Amino acid sequence: MTSPAPAALRVEDLHKSFGPLEVLRGIDLTVSEHEVVCLIGASGSGKSTLLRCINLLEPIDAGRVSVEGEEITAEGVDTNRIRRRIGIVFQAFNLFPHMTVLDNVTLAPRKVLRRPVATAEAEGVALLERFGLADKRNEYPDRLSGGQQQRAAIVRALAMQPDLMLLDEVTSALDPELVGEVLGVIRSLASGGMTMLIATHEMGFARDIASRVCFLDAGVILEEGPPAQIFSAPREARTQQFLQRIIEAGRL
Amino acid sequence: MSVDRGPFARRRGREGPARAVAIAVLSSIVLFGAVGYAIVHAPNWPAVQQSFLDPEVFAESLPEIVAAFGINVQLFLIAEVLILVLGLVIAVLRSLPGPVFFPIRAMATVYTDLFRAVPGILVIYLLGFGIPGLDMPGVPNDPFFWAVVALTLVYSAYVSEVYRAGIESVHPSQEAAARSLGLSRFQALRYVIVPQAVRRVVPPLLNDFIGLQKDTVLVSFIGVVEIFRVSQNKESALFNFTPYLATAVVFLAVTIPLARLTDWLSARDRRRYLAGVAR
Ligand SMILES: Nc1ncnc2c1ncn2[C@@H]1O[C@H](COP(=O)(O)OP(=O)(O)OP(=O)(O)O)[C@@H](O)[C@H]1O
Ligand SMILES: [Mg+2]
Repeated sequence: MTSPAPAALRVEDLHKSFGPLEVLRGIDLTVSEHEVVCLIGASGSGKSTLLRCINLLEPIDAGRVSVEGEEITAEGVDTNRIRRRIGIVFQAFNLFPHMTVLDNVTLAPRKVLRRPVATAEAEGVALLERFGLADKRNEYPDRLSGGQQQRAAIVRALAMQPDLMLLDEVTSALDPELVGEVLGVIRSLASGGMTMLIATHEMGFARDIASRVCFLDAGVILEEGPPAQIFSAPREARTQQFLQRIIEAGRL
Repeated sequence: MSVDRGPFARRRGREGPARAVAIAVLSSIVLFGAVGYAIVHAPNWPAVQQSFLDPEVFAESLPEIVAAFGINVQLFLIAEVLILVLGLVIAVLRSLPGPVFFPIRAMATVYTDLFRAVPGILVIYLLGFGIPGLDMPGVPNDPFFWAVVALTLVYSAYVSEVYRAGIESVHPSQEAAARSLGLSRFQALRYVIVPQAVRRVVPPLLNDFIGLQKDTVLVSFIGVVEIFRVSQNKESALFNFTPYLATAVVFLAVTIPLARLTDWLSARDRRRYLAGVAR
C-alpha cells in the first residue's frame, strides 16, 4: 500500500493576531503540486498576512504549516533552509536598490546556495533572458519600469529554484498598461507546472489561471472551489456580496 | 523635469542673479565693516594686535606648527579607521534581534551611553595616565598609543549611533525580501541593510570626522607633542599668542573644505531623494 504524495503546502488551523486584532482565525488550506490557488478577499482580510506566515516572515500563534509533508512551523526548524524552498514576490517589488538587476538575482544563489559566481551569473542571465530582461541586467532597479521591476523580483525568487511560489498582489502597484506583462509571466510559470499561491485583486486573471479559488473573509476561508463555480455561482452570501462589489467597480 | 517653485521663484527670476549678488556683497560690507571698525577702535586694540596678530611671530612659528600637525593627521587617520570599524560592529550588535542577544545588546548600549556621557578629555586622562601608571608588563605606555585608544573609544560611541540610525532608516521590507530568499539575519545585514545604511550616513559621518579632527588637540594633555603642544611651547618661548592663531588657521584650512564637502553630499542626497519621490 502506498500513501499518497504529501501536499506541496498544507495549512492547518492557522491563527494569527496583531495585538488585540485577530486577523487569521483558523485557516485550513491545501495546495497540491502543480496547482495554482488564488486567494481573494477584501482589503484587510489577511491575504498578505497569510502569505507572510507561510514564509515564516511572521510568527504564528497557533496551528501548523507543512511543505511537502515537513512541518515548517515546528520548534527548532531552520527557517533559512525552509525559505529557500518557498519563493515570495511582494506587491512593492522590494528589489535591493543598491544592486544591479543581475546582482539582485544572484545574491541568494551565491550567498545561500554557495554557487560559484560564474555559475550563478550564467543561470541568472538565462532566467532574465527568459523573462525579457537580459538587456537590463546591469541596470539599477530605479532605472526600470514598474513592470520590469516586478518581473525582476519574480526572477530573483525563481533563481532559488523554489518548490512553491507565493505571490502577493504583484500587479496592484503597477500602472494598468504594465499589468499585462507581469500576468503573462505568471501564466508562463503556471503552464510550466509551478505550484503557486496567489493573492490577487485581478478577478479576471484568477478566473483564467486558478485551479482553485479561495475566498478569505473574517479570518477564515469561507468558500473555495473551481473558479467557474466561485465566480458564477458562489454559495455564501458574503462571497456574493464581495463579487457584486467587484462587478460594480468594473473589475470583473 | 521642471519643478514649479511658486511665485517667489518667478519674482527672483525677474530681478536676475546679478542684483542678488550685489545685495549680498553690500550687506556683507556694511556688517563686517561695522564690526571691524568697532574692534580696531577699541581702547586696547594696539596691545591685542601686538600679542595675537604679530606677523613676524606668525611667520616664524607657522612651519613648526604645520610640521607638528602631521602628528594630528596620523592620530586622526589611524583613529578614524578604527572608529569606522568599531562603530559599525557596535551598531550591528545593538540591532541584533531576539531575547538570546539581550546581554550583547545591553553591553553595546552601556558602551554607547558611557562613552557619550563622559567628557572625552577625562577618557584621555584616565587612559593616558592611568594605564601606563599601572606599570603592567607588556602594556604600552606610549601616550600616542593611548591617545588613539581614547579617541577611538569616545568617537566609536557617537559613530555607532549614526550607523544605527542609518540601519533603522532602511525599510523593514528590505529585510523581509532578503530573509525570504533564505539569507540569514546576519547575511541580510551584511549584503542588504548595512550597504544601504552606510550610503545614507556619509554626511553625518563626515560631520563627526570634523569633530574628531579638532579633538585631536586634547591629547596634548597626556604629553603627545602635536600641534597644540607645539603652539603652547612657541607661546611661552616668544611671549606671544600669535602661534595659536597660526594653529587656528591650519585647522580652518583643513576643516572648511571638509565642511563644504559634507554640505555638498547632503544636498546631493536630498536632490536624489526628491528626484526619486517625483518620479
Ligand atoms: N505588522 C502588523 N501589525 C499590526 N497589524 C497588522 C500588521 N500587518 C497587518 N496588520 C493588520 O492585519 C489586517 C490584515 O492585513 P493584510 O495586509 O494581511 O490584509 P490584505 O488582505 O493583504 O489586504 P490588502 O488587500 O489591502 O493587501 C489588517 O487589518 C492590517 O491592518
Ligand atoms: Mg495585502
